[in-house]
Amino acid sequence: MCGIVGLFLKDKSLTPQLGDLLSDMLITMTDRGPDSAGIAIYGTPRPGIAKITVQSARPGADFANLTAELSAAGLPATVTEKNTHAVIEIAADRRGDIRALLEKLRPSIRIMGAGESVEIFKEVGLPGDVVSRFGVRAMGGTHGIGHTRMATESAVTTLGAHPFSTGPDQCLVHNGSLSNHNNLRRKLVRSGMTFETDNDSEVAAAYLTAEMASGKDLGEALTGALDDLDGFFTFVVGTRTGFGVLRDPIACKPAVMAETDRYVAFGSEYRALVNLPDIEAARVWEPEPATVYFWDHEKAA
Amino acid sequence: MPVFDLSATPLRALNSALHGLEQGTNDTRFEVVNPRGHHAVAVGIDSPVSVEVHGSVGYYCAGMNDGATVTVHGSAGPGVAENMMSGTVIVEGDASQYAGATGRGGLLVIKGNAASRCGISMKGIDIVVHGSIGHMSAFMGQSGHLVVCGDAGEALGDSLYEAKLFVRGSVKSLGADCIEKPMKPKHLEKLARLLEKAGVTGVQPEEFRRYGSARKLYNFHIDNADAY
Repeated sequence: MCGIVGLFLKDKSLTPQLGDLLSDMLITMTDRGPDSAGIAIYGTPRPGIAKITVQSARPGADFANLTAELSAAGLPATVTEKNTHAVIEIAADRRGDIRALLEKLRPSIRIMGAGESVEIFKEVGLPGDVVSRFGVRAMGGTHGIGHTRMATESAVTTLGAHPFSTGPDQCLVHNGSLSNHNNLRRKLVRSGMTFETDNDSEVAAAYLTAEMASGKDLGEALTGALDDLDGFFTFVVGTRTGFGVLRDPIACKPAVMAETDRYVAFGSEYRALVNLPDIEAARVWEPEPATVYFWDHEKAA
Repeated sequence: MPVFDLSATPLRALNSALHGLEQGTNDTRFEVVNPRGHHAVAVGIDSPVSVEVHGSVGYYCAGMNDGATVTVHGSAGPGVAENMMSGTVIVEGDASQYAGATGRGGLLVIKGNAASRCGISMKGIDIVVHGSIGHMSAFMGQSGHLVVCGDAGEALGDSLYEAKLFVRGSVKSLGADCIEKPMKPKHLEKLARLLEKAGVTGVQPEEFRRYGSARKLYNFHIDNADAY
């Protein structure tokens, strides 16, 4: 199983409510995935600032004095702790330096995602507990995606939870299972991608990152995925400005979408969408198999 | 007339009330409000009652129905009217995957579109879709009728047995062993009756094409009979 939700706001007045709306959607999908849960929230970027979300199994020890130690090492930073995660803000032109520095200062810290706008929080446990640990309800943003996991292909761990982020401001959630992920992972490793887990969904995320790095936009990368990925999938993908949906040609994994003048929403089931504003008046449809859907704040504007 | 508000009442209360009906009961009309995508709404009814569901439902609505008339004033999730035995199920909106799967009897009417695998393994049910249907519909259909006023997706009627398929629009592709067959007067008569029962107007039986099994697969060959 697994549950997926996604929300892309067209109406800016809804942005303060993004975390609240996504939390309700995610919690409704608890019975599709009670193992672990995760959420990626795209906030409004601040010029010149990069955000890195990190996770630690021992946050007390790892996050203490981190701000001071980063500054002492020549990288001024703001560290905001959120339970087992922390969001580190640094100057955007220093983003290349932080990974090596963290490996040296805090080897047990894992990077969950990085970019101008994305923050990623994921943990083992019931979706309702995960949402409250990170205070997701209070978070605002322009778009976000979430996942409730019932593991099939790899272990129930924090790093095995979704979303997977393999490129700046990119992330992916997946319902299904891929059958050619080992082969594809080997190819991607040869082309320079690195992997944190044995998870099949991380391979899908890395594939899209590699395709976009070669110059494709999200829509083109998703179209390529139809030829190159074998298995069952419904993907919801986030980028800095956009939000995409793709189902495999067999389309066993459920998917419902709703669109109004104010938002585009995705849910594994209609149940996940019933608390959205004016859902009764929304256009509700099932995305077609093997068809790429994507929305972009910049292209829409 | 009993009314169940599923935003306030557990689903089990509705289904228990429907299952507990005595023969000759005066409660023959039920209303369900705020279904909010709940799964298994009005499943397993075996009394000739009517149930009006106001809103959209999740998985398996009206599954195993035996004699009731269930109307969904909204859209239905996967497996609506799955394994229906008899009665009528009407979906005013769209239906998700495998609508009417394995149905043994009764009539399923979908006024919008149906997604993939509509009528998969149908065994006697009649399904009338006012709109279009998705891929792999009527896969291994054994008997009954699937009537589609719009178009059909890929691999229609793959590995079909004796179910009869009627499509008014285009068929993206036919599945293994499914072929177009001549429309005979008896088919036109049957189709006219089904269209009328399903409330389809402004559409003539002559506008449809008929598809069925070529009976050429392994399981139809007499030399293989002892393999089963």
